[in-house]
Amino acid sequence: MGFTKKDKAEKIIEDVLEKPSSRRTFLKGASIAMAAGSAALATGCMPSGDDSSSGEMQLRWQEYFKKHYRLMTQKEKDETVDRLERLAKIQDDIDVQIGTEPPIENVLYGYAFNISRCEGFMECVTACVKENNLDRKTNTQYIRIFEMEPGKLDPSTGDGQFYHKVPVENKFYMGVQCFHCENAPCIKACPTKATWREPDGIVVVDYNWCIGCRYCQAACPYFGRRFNWGKGEVPKEELTTKQHYLGNRKRPMGKMEKCTFCIQRTRKGRLPACVDACPTGSRVFGNLLDPDSEIRYVLKHKKVFRMKENIGTQPKFWYFID
Amino acid sequence: MSAVSNRNLTTFFIDAIRWNLKGSIGFQIFRVFLLIGMGLGIYAYSFQARFGLSVTGMNDIVSWGFYISNFTFLVGVAAAAVMLILPAYMFHDPDFHRVVIIGEGVAVAALIMCLSFILVDMGGPLQAWHLIPGIGLFNFPSSILAWDVLVLNGYLLLNGLVPAYILYSHYRGRKANEKLYRPFVFLSIFWAFSIHMVTAFLYQGLPARPFWNNPLMGPRFLASAFAAGPALITLILAIIHNTTSYKIDRKVFSKLRLIIVISAIVNLIMLFSEIFKEFYFPTHHSSSAVYLFFGMDGHTALVTWIWTSISVNLAATLVLAFNPGKNNPKVLLPACGFLFIAVWMEKGIGLIVPGLIPSPLGEVVDYLPTLVELGVTLGILCLGITVVTWLIRTALIIEQQYEESRVRLRK
Repeated sequence: MGFTKKDKAEKIIEDVLEKPSSRRTFLKGASIAMAAGSAALATGCMPSGDDSSSGEMQLRWQEYFKKHYRLMTQKEKDETVDRLERLAKIQDDIDVQIGTEPPIENVLYGYAFNISRCEGFMECVTACVKENNLDRKTNTQYIRIFEMEPGKLDPSTGDGQFYHKVPVENKFYMGVQCFHCENAPCIKACPTKATWREPDGIVVVDYNWCIGCRYCQAACPYFGRRFNWGKGEVPKEELTTKQHYLGNRKRPMGKMEKCTFCIQRTRKGRLPACVDACPTGSRVFGNLLDPDSEIRYVLKHKKVFRMKENIGTQPKFWYFID
Repeated sequence: MSAVSNRNLTTFFIDAIRWNLKGSIGFQIFRVFLLIGMGLGIYAYSFQARFGLSVTGMNDIVSWGFYISNFTFLVGVAAAAVMLILPAYMFHDPDFHRVVIIGEGVAVAALIMCLSFILVDMGGPLQAWHLIPGIGLFNFPSSILAWDVLVLNGYLLLNGLVPAYILYSHYRGRKANEKLYRPFVFLSIFWAFSIHMVTAFLYQGLPARPFWNNPLMGPRFLASAFAAGPALITLILAIIHNTTSYKIDRKVFSKLRLIIVISAIVNLIMLFSEIFKEFYFPTHHSSSAVYLFFGMDGHTALVTWIWTSISVNLAATLVLAFNPGKNNPKVLLPACGFLFIAVWMEKGIGLIVPGLIPSPLGEVVDYLPTLVELGVTLGILCLGITVVTWLIRTALIIEQQYEESRVRLRK
C-alpha cells in the first residue's frame, strides 16, 4: 500500500516536472513526497484556473525542486534563468536579464583599500546598494565605513554610524566588506555547501540552495554576511536589471547574501560598483595573477596589511598606506 | 484490552492511544492546556511563515537568539538520559533499571523539541531536504552543523527504538532479548556524549567568536547538562511517584541527588575558571564576557539575567549538596527546579546571545525575543511535554502489567 502511494506521488511530481521517468526521479519522488505538500503551501497560490497563475505555479514548483547551482549543466542553468526571468515578469512586471557567466580563466580577484586616501564620502556604499539591489526597507549594506582615531587600526575601535560632514580633521576612514578569504570559515560552516569559493576567488551563495541556518554568519570574523530577515524591497525604477545568478538577482526571504565583488560586472571585465564610484581613488581591484595589474603594483610597492591576520583566514583584501 | 496472546504491533499502537485518551479529569484538562499552547505556537509561527524571521528580535548582529538558545540547552537535557542509562545497563543497578525508561522518554521529547527549534529557526525550512544525504548536498565532514544533524537524529533513533523494542516485548509478555539490544545501549551511551560535544563544537569551532572559541565549552556543556537533566528527571519522577500507582524507590532519588551535586560542582568550578580567564587579564577577546556580566556602552540587557542565574545556581547547588532538610522532598525538589532554571538561563540565552555581541566589528546591540518567538517557544515546549506524557504513560502501563504478570508467574 505504501508503495502505490509513493508511485502516485512520483507520478504527480513527474507530470509537473515534465521529465522522463528514471530511477533517480523515483527515489527523489519517494523521499520528497512529504516536502511536496509543503511546497504547495510555499508557493502560496493555488491554481485558480486562469492561465498566468497556473503558469506561475508551475514555474515556482520547478524552481522548488531545482538542483544546486554547481551541479547544474549549462542547459539546466539556462532553464532556471529563463524561469526566474519569467517569474520576475509575472510577479513584478519587470524585465531582468540574469546571467550565468562562468569565471574567466587565469583570473583571481584581489582588492586593496587605501586608508590614507579614503575620506568617508560613502559613495561606494550608495553605489553598492544600487548595483546589488540591496533591501531598502532594512537599509542593508555590504560595505561599512568606520571613522577611525589615529593610532588605531582595528575597526571595532572606530565609529561605524557616523553621520556628519566628512572628512573630519585628524580622523581616517576604513572600509570593511566581505574579504573573500582563501581559507573562509563561512564555507567550512555551511551544512549544505550553499556557499563556496569560485575559481576566480569570489565567495558566492546559491540563494535557492541556502536553508537560512545562519551558521556562516556566526562563523564570519568580519561581519561580511547579511541575512534576508524579511522580504527585500527595491523600488522598481531603481532596480538594476542586468543581473547574475550568483550576484544581484532577487534574493528570496530567509536566505543569506553578501558582497560578490559585483560578479555581474567583474565577470564581464568591468570594475565593481564601489571601485567605480569612489571619488578619491582609494579602492583598487584587479587580477592577482596578472603581474602588470594595479593590485599587484600595490602589493609590491606599498605597505599593506590584512585584518585579523592572526586567525589565518587569508583575506584577498588588503589595506595600504601611501 | 486484548489478551496477551493476541497482542501484535497494531494492538500495541491502538492500546497506546487508548491508554492515553483515558485518564482523570485533571489529566485531561492538562492535556487541553497543552493543546492550546501548541495552537498558540502554530498561530505565532504563522507570522513567521508570512513575514520571515523579521518578526523575531534577531538581526544581522545577533543572528541567533531564543530558538538556538533553547535548542542548545535541550540537547543537554537529551544527553542527560545517559546518567540513568549508564548505571542501569552498565552497572546493572536494579533501582535505575526501573526508571531508565522514563529517562529515555525525556530524551526523546527533548530531541523532538531540539529539532523543532532548529526548524523554526531556519530561514528556509522548506529547503530542509537539501540536508538529506542523497537528494541534498551534505557538507560532511567539514561542517559541524552537518555532524550535529547526524548525531541528533541518530540519538533520537537509538533512544526511540531500544525502549520501543523493550516495551513491545514486555507488552507481549516476553522478556526482551538483552543480547539483541545491549550493543545499541552501549552505542547510545557513547552517542549521548557525542551529541553534546558536537553541539558544543558548533560554537567552540568558530575563531570569529572568542567567547565560544574556548576548549572548556564541551566539557562544561556536559557538566551543566548532567546537573540540569537529572534535576528535571528527579522532578518528573516525583510527579509520577505522587500521581500514579508506579512507585519510585527513595534510593533512586538519593542516587540522582549525588549525580546532580557532583555535576553541578564541576560545572561551577569550570565557570569560575572561565570567569578567571576573562577578567584576570582582560583582552579584547573578553569583550563578550564584559558585555554579559557588566554591560557595555550602556547596553545591559543580560547583566541581571546572568547574575540571577549564577546566584540561583550557587544557592541550589549548596542546598542539594548540604541537604539542609534531611532528605525532605519539600526542600530538595524546589532546589532541583531552581537548578534546572538557572542552568537554562545560563546555557541558553546567557551563552548564545553574548557570543554574538559585540559584533566582529565592535558594534553592541541588545537582543530581546519578540512575542512571536515566545509564542513559538511555548508551542514547542507544549509539544515536548505532550510527547513526554504520551511516552511515559504508555511505558508505565506496560511495565506495570509486565511486573504484575511476572509476580503472578512466580507464585
